[in-house]
Amino acid sequence: MSRGEPVLSVRNLVVEFATRYGPVRAVDDVSFDVYPNETLGIVGESGCGKTVTGLSILGLIPSPPGRIVSGDILLGGRNLTELPEEQLRDLRGHEISMIFQEPMTALNPVLTIGSQMVDVLRRHKQYTRRQARSVAVEMLSRVGLPAPGKRIDEYPHQMSGGMRQRAMIAMALSCDPKVLIADEPTTALDVTTQAQVLEQIVELQAEFHMAVVLITHDLGVVAETCHRALVMYCGEVIERAEIESLFEAPRHPYSRGLLDSIPRLREDELEELPVIPGMVPDLLHLPPGCRFADRCSRVTDGCRSARPRLDGGPGSASAVACFHPLS
Amino acid sequence: MSTPLLKVVDLKKHFPVRGGLFRRVQAWVRAVDGVNFELERERTLGLVGESGCGKSTLGRTVLRLTEPTGGDIRLNGESIRGLSIQQMKAKRREMQIIYQDPYASLSPRRLIGQTIQEPLDVHGIGTPAERRRRVEELLDIVGLRKQVLSRYPHEFSGGQRQRIGIARALALNPSFIVADEPVSALDVSVQSQVLNVIARLQREHGVSFLFISHDLAVIQHVSDDVGVMYLGKLVEFAASEDLYRDPKHPYTRALMSAIPVPDVKRKSRRIVLGGDVPSPMHPPAGCPFHPRCPEAMPQCREVVPPRVNAGSAARPHYVRCHLYTDVAAAGAGNGTEA
Repeated sequence: MSRGEPVLSVRNLVVEFATRYGPVRAVDDVSFDVYPNETLGIVGESGCGKTVTGLSILGLIPSPPGRIVSGDILLGGRNLTELPEEQLRDLRGHEISMIFQEPMTALNPVLTIGSQMVDVLRRHKQYTRRQARSVAVEMLSRVGLPAPGKRIDEYPHQMSGGMRQRAMIAMALSCDPKVLIADEPTTALDVTTQAQVLEQIVELQAEFHMAVVLITHDLGVVAETCHRALVMYCGEVIERAEIESLFEAPRHPYSRGLLDSIPRLREDELEELPVIPGMVPDLLHLPPGCRFADRCSRVTDGCRSARPRLDGGPGSASAVACFHPLS
Repeated sequence: MSTPLLKVVDLKKHFPVRGGLFRRVQAWVRAVDGVNFELERERTLGLVGESGCGKSTLGRTVLRLTEPTGGDIRLNGESIRGLSIQQMKAKRREMQIIYQDPYASLSPRRLIGQTIQEPLDVHGIGTPAERRRRVEELLDIVGLRKQVLSRYPHEFSGGQRQRIGIARALALNPSFIVADEPVSALDVSVQSQVLNVIARLQREHGVSFLFISHDLAVIQHVSDDVGVMYLGKLVEFAASEDLYRDPKHPYTRALMSAIPVPDVKRKSRRIVLGGDVPSPMHPPAGCPFHPRCPEAMPQCREVVPPRVNAGSAARPHYVRCHLYTDVAAAGAGNGTEA
């Protein structure tokens, strides 16, 4: 499927963290492309490397203990892993933005929303203070914040969680980024507020023609907002697919297991929820073969000795890392 | 009909908000504001609502872990509200609680074996050998191996810690457990494992649960009856089957439609509510939901909707909404609250 040129390409990304017990490879050989006008989901459970992947793109891995060991992150012809911090700073919030799970940690509590937004706008665009302020008010109204002219002079603590998240989105989008990385943007919100914010992200994505990388543990959120998704497990991408095929016919046994184990509203009674037995292996002691082998119903001896790799490159429509994929 | 295991009558818990120079009470947060329900033996009541709706406070108040401001709690027909601390201690054998955060609810310096055995020690049950045997039995029930007894909480994953919490709550053989968001901190694959453990306790050990969660899908999976809370009040209460098949309150409907569904075919006909949950310190007049309600009528702004039975006498379906007030009144007041 042709989508034009990818706006962001990640190639063979490896990220390690130093721990007392030795290096932990949080992201292990991850490659993917993000195209303009699409929302790409990165989904997985805690510790799978989805957040670290997102942070690496912006060069936000705390270092030490973290370190990008190898790999390339390509945005508009530049390799972000090789850029000095100075130039990365010019990119952040401008060409590529990020929103986080907890807006309170991303917003400065002692500055008003307006002054934070004006700072960002003036740094990246050559606006006067007055221009920047009017752009900020405009952005706040576009993300659906009520009374933006008044809210702009409020401090983050004066707002509810949903409003803070909107303010953060407004700030992230104010410089018209090409790529927005959204890390669990609605996880801290109640379902009714989550619905509002997700709807907003979908609308803004289309309106700004930007690419969104949506990092989440919630497959429901992925189904409703993304066009394609990567499923991660133990630092690896184990499946990449268009959203319809991922939900209708997942090919990796882990993807299938995840989908089955979600409690969902249903008509019929169910005695037991299907489960994925066991638990995620310790990243310090990964098995040599497939990392899902111990929990997999389709496991064979071969799975334990050799490590399955994605069977298609980043340009292919879909790919799975499994010796015995579901058809 | 026999006496229900637990009967909660017009239960209230109001917290004072102090401020100013003399720390005077300036306002009250009505966290739980006149809640009524019954929980039958070997059944599970699911309590669902958004943050700040008072569901956790209700759970704690039912156990008298916080003292109620008004109303009554009857366990096996006997009021526990006036009981002394000593008498309460005996009653607590019957009623236990499991918390959301399995990281915070276990003492990091105690071995798992000690943690699980602690309630038995406190209540002086059995000989030391019997207690140890009971602990092993409990581990078996929640699906943990005996080797865990001599390990510390930090050595376990979230799902395993939650199982440990369940084992401890189960130690005294309670007839009733309050489970406050027991799976919310867990990953989906582990969440389903723990939910299955809870379902098995219901079925095989006859434990009743007051199961508190913000997740309607989780609630449906475990509950026989479901109560929906909004700003301290139960706005809807019915048998799980009835509530999910035919949600009556506009809030319940919005809540259901707001859940992101892992299904690409069902393109949602979503009711997106405007605004946020109002502050419980300054709840709106009339129906507390009216500022966000897509069906609000003039009277909703002024009159607090009473609890009416929009179902039948045999299958009650309680709702606090003016959409049903007249209908129920026309039906010769079948079950209108006093």
